[in-house]
Amino acid sequence: MVDPAAKFSIRAFHVHYGQFSALRDLNLEILANEIFTVIGPANSGKTTFLHSLNRLIDLVPVSRCRGEISLDGIDIRRGLEIEVLRRKVGIVFALPLPLPISIFENVVYGLRMQGIRDPRRLNEAVERSLRESYLWEEVKDRLRTPAMNLSGGQQQRLCMARILAGQPDVLLFDEPTSGLDPISTARIEETLLILKKKYTIVLVTNNVAQAARVGDRTAFFLMGDMIEVSDTGKMFTTPADQRTSDYITGKFG
Amino acid sequence: MKPRLAQKIAFAFLLLATLLVVLPVLVILLIIVAKGASAISWDFLFSMPRDGMTAGGIFPAILGTLYLVIGAIIFAVPLGVMAAVYLVEYSSDNWLSRLVKLSIVNLAGVPSVVYGLFGLGIFVTFFRFGASILSGSLTLGIMILPVIITSSREALESVPRHFRTVSLSLGASRWQTIRHSVLPHALPGILTGMILGLGRAAGETAPILFTVAAFYLPRLPQSVFDQTMALPYHLYVISTQVPGIAENVRYGTALVLLSLVLLLNLAAILIRSRFRRKKKW
Repeated sequence: MVDPAAKFSIRAFHVHYGQFSALRDLNLEILANEIFTVIGPANSGKTTFLHSLNRLIDLVPVSRCRGEISLDGIDIRRGLEIEVLRRKVGIVFALPLPLPISIFENVVYGLRMQGIRDPRRLNEAVERSLRESYLWEEVKDRLRTPAMNLSGGQQQRLCMARILAGQPDVLLFDEPTSGLDPISTARIEETLLILKKKYTIVLVTNNVAQAARVGDRTAFFLMGDMIEVSDTGKMFTTPADQRTSDYITGKFG
Repeated sequence: MKPRLAQKIAFAFLLLATLLVVLPVLVILLIIVAKGASAISWDFLFSMPRDGMTAGGIFPAILGTLYLVIGAIIFAVPLGVMAAVYLVEYSSDNWLSRLVKLSIVNLAGVPSVVYGLFGLGIFVTFFRFGASILSGSLTLGIMILPVIITSSREALESVPRHFRTVSLSLGASRWQTIRHSVLPHALPGILTGMILGLGRAAGETAPILFTVAAFYLPRLPQSVFDQTMALPYHLYVISTQVPGIAENVRYGTALVLLSLVLLLNLAAILIRSRFRRKKKW
């Protein structure tokens, strides 16, 4: 039985890196248009989980996955081409990683790889996605300049625009503000709250307060196990598990 | 001993070592220029040899070397770059790929005369290309392949890992990722390998000895199946095989060979710096 509102549904999912078990028996649904936050200490499997959702995990040669993940009811390993999956499920990494090309070319990179050449379509996509990531006003006069000249926060919003250009369903964020100052962080968080009207968002963060601020539901991962998942408000007021409580109150981490 | 003094002595020795390395190169250059410059003239560069090569120019040898170098590059660069892309981007790390990589490195150390013999056996005799520009270019190409593969591999490996991750995460296929996000950034390094290969191909005598080089030809080669004269071999011939050649002609020939390699390198370096200026990360 699959919840019709579920965007992702994850069943008995395991990940191994060689002998090391990075994620164990994960069962989870991620609902459409929610901000699903994942918290947990380092090496708890958060990034492994995120990279499983768009199969970036396949880039790790020793990784082995077991179980099933489906997107809108379609198995992401058997039912979808990998390029299509990655277009539908975009990712923003922890560090701003623009490619060493112009702002414009960064945004249209995915579209060009789909074979879209029409300059009008590309221009439209650039303006639309840069507006959605609130970068348009700052860069509209220098779209042809190198993306590396932008500040860290701007680069990170460029990376958001880059995935928005491909009109994805789901946005994955891997500690997107860990390298940013508080003001840039606040702007990214505001943007997330607006984006969730249109997209499903999975946000991995090592900043517990950030999860509390923007999350609808939150999962706590520890050493490859999901300890608990519940509404964000409930998790931060009455966590069901002692370890969750210890982590969010800062007793370890 | 006081640390200051120790430092001074150490620097002195390091400087001495550097000078010892540079000095012979400078001396060689000086001697060649001093003894050969008087031979250089329009006629020397652009006319055929006359009177049993004691007079006239060395044009056929210059042209022949250019043909051979260009032929070797045309053959070796695409093949070498493709092999490097396969080794870096596609092959998984197993004993076979490690063996292939090790063999390529070792191939760079094979004496050039062995390549000459190999070219004679394969291209001249087996494929029946005869002693020809084609055989010579292919032989030189095989000789410089290891250099090109090795430097291309290093260039590809130095492209940051995350360029690939980002490109793939945006829905690009593996080939698109290599084509658009890896190769463009590896180009300067690949060109460096080409420059190294170029210099080597222009200067080697042994590989062309059995496969293409002619002692003396009264006319220029008409097709890739013709023999040609070439600068390194011509230099050997006029220095040891033909008596009564003026000294400045021999050194002049060496000077031309040196300048030609330098010129080809310069062109490649200019192209490379053009690409370098565009990259930044």
